[in-house]
Amino acid sequence: MLVLLPALFATGAVPRNVLATEPETILLASTTSVENSGLLAHILPEFTRATGITVHVVAQGTGQALATAAHGDADLLLVHDPEAEAAFMAAGHGASRQEIAWNDFIIVGPDSDPAHVVGTTDVLGALGAIAAAETPFVSRGDKSGTDALEKRLWKAAGLDPAGTWYRDIGGGMGAALNAAAAMDGYTLSDRGTWLSFGHQSGMRIVLEGDARLLNRYDVILLDPKMHPQAKQAPAQRFAAWLASTEGQAAIGGYMIGGQRLFHPEADPKP
Amino acid sequence: MSHVFDPAGRILGLLLRCDPTLRHIIALSLTVSLAATVAAAVFGLPLGAGLAVFRFRGRASLILLANALLGLPPVVVGLILYLLLSRSGPLGVLGMLFTPAAMIVAQFILALPIVIALSHRAMESIWRDFGDDLLVSGANRLRAIPHLLSIGRLESLTVVLAGFGRTISEVGAILIVGGNIAGYTRTMTTAIVLETNEGNLTFALALGLVLIALSVAISACAFGLEARLRRPRPQETT
Repeated sequence: MLVLLPALFATGAVPRNVLATEPETILLASTTSVENSGLLAHILPEFTRATGITVHVVAQGTGQALATAAHGDADLLLVHDPEAEAAFMAAGHGASRQEIAWNDFIIVGPDSDPAHVVGTTDVLGALGAIAAAETPFVSRGDKSGTDALEKRLWKAAGLDPAGTWYRDIGGGMGAALNAAAAMDGYTLSDRGTWLSFGHQSGMRIVLEGDARLLNRYDVILLDPKMHPQAKQAPAQRFAAWLASTEGQAAIGGYMIGGQRLFHPEADPKP
Repeated sequence: MSHVFDPAGRILGLLLRCDPTLRHIIALSLTVSLAATVAAAVFGLPLGAGLAVFRFRGRASLILLANALLGLPPVVVGLILYLLLSRSGPLGVLGMLFTPAAMIVAQFILALPIVIALSHRAMESIWRDFGDDLLVSGANRLRAIPHLLSIGRLESLTVVLAGFGRTISEVGAILIVGGNIAGYTRTMTTAIVLETNEGNLTFALALGLVLIALSVAISACAFGLEARLRRPRPQETT
C-alpha cells in the first residue's frame, strides 16, 4: 500500500495539488437546488474559462450555507431565503446582496392526487386540502430556503401541520422527493431540482403559478472587516460575472427537456 | 431489473473511456483512504504491539478505550473535526476545512482505534508464544516490537485491511469535513449519496458496485502480497 500511493501520484491519476488549496480557487457555499439541478455544473466551466478562477461548491441548505459563511468557511454565497438572508446582512456578515436568478416553487404529488389539488392555483388552499385529507406531506425540515418557505406558507394558511401524515425528514430536496415518491405523498419543491430529478415515476406537478411561490436566488459577498480571510477579489469577479450579460445568458441557457430551469434576473416575474 | 444494468453499462463506458470526472472520484477515494490507512498503520501497529509487550499502569484502560472506539460514529468525528478546523475554530488558521487533507485526518481518526485494538489482540498471542525467545535473544521490550510485528506480518496485514475497509466505505465524516466538492473532495461514497439525492438511484447503485469491485481488488492485491510474505517462522527454521 505504501508503494501504491506515490504510484497514484506519479501516474497523474491524482493531481499533484490535490492536498493543497490552489491560489485562484474560491469556495462558494450554495443551496442544494443550484447544485442538484445541475445549474452550477453548467455555468461554472464558462466562468473558469473566462477568468481562470476555479469555484469549489459546497452545496448545503440555505440555513447551513449561511452558517458556514458566518463561521468564515466560505468566500461567497448563493442562496434563496430572503428572510434568513436579511438576518445575515443585518448581523453584518454580508457586504452586498444581489438577485441573479429566479424560478418558482411547485407542489408535487402522486399521480392519483388523493387530496384533489390538481386544477387549483391557490397554494394555501392546496395545503388546506392536503391537511384535511391527511395525505402524507413530506417536509424538508432542514432549515433550507425551501423549508423556510414551506413553514411560512403553513402559517399563512393558518394551519399548524402535525400528525403522522406530516413527515419531517430532515433532508435535502432530492431526499424529500425520493421520500414523497416512496410514500405517495406531496412535497414543496423548487422547479429546478424537480425538472432534473431522475426518479419522477408516479409523481407529477399538482400546483404551480401562485405568486407566493416565487423563488429568488441571491449572491452575497462577505464583509471584508468581519471576514478578512474571504478571498474578496476573485469572489467579486464571480459575483460580477453572474450579474453580467454573459453570466445571465449562461443561467438562462440551462435547459432540461426544452424547459428553462432558472430565469435570468431581468426576466419578468409572474 | 434490466434498467439497473443500463447505468452499469454507462459507468463501464465511462471507465473504459477514462472519463476524467469519474477517474478523479476513484483516484481521490483511493488516495484519501489509503493515506489514512497507511498513517493509521504506521502509528497503530507499533502502539498495538506495544500494548501487547509492555506492562504498565493504565494499560487495561487504554486497551478498553481502543476497543470502545471501534464503534466511533463517523458523523461525530466529522462534526468534531469540522468545529476544530472551521475558521472560527481553534485550528482554523490551517485552512484545512473542505480539503482532501481534512478528509484524510478524519479517516485516520476512524481507522486508528481499529488498527490498535485488532493488532493488540493479534500480537498478544504471538507475544505469548515468542516473547520469551525475543527477550532471551537480547532485545529489550522496545526493540522486540519490530520483531514481533515481523513475525506477525500476516496478522498485521489483515488488521490494516480491516482499517482500509473502514475508510473506503466511510461517508459520514468526509461528507462533513470535505463538503463533497465536485472535482475536489467528491469521493465514491459521497458521489453515491449525491446521485441518490438527485434521484439517479440506478446510477448510484452502479457506482456502488464499482466501489465494491475496487474494494475486492485491493483485498486481492493484499492477499497476493501475503503469499510473498509467507515465509517460515523463526521457530520452524531453528
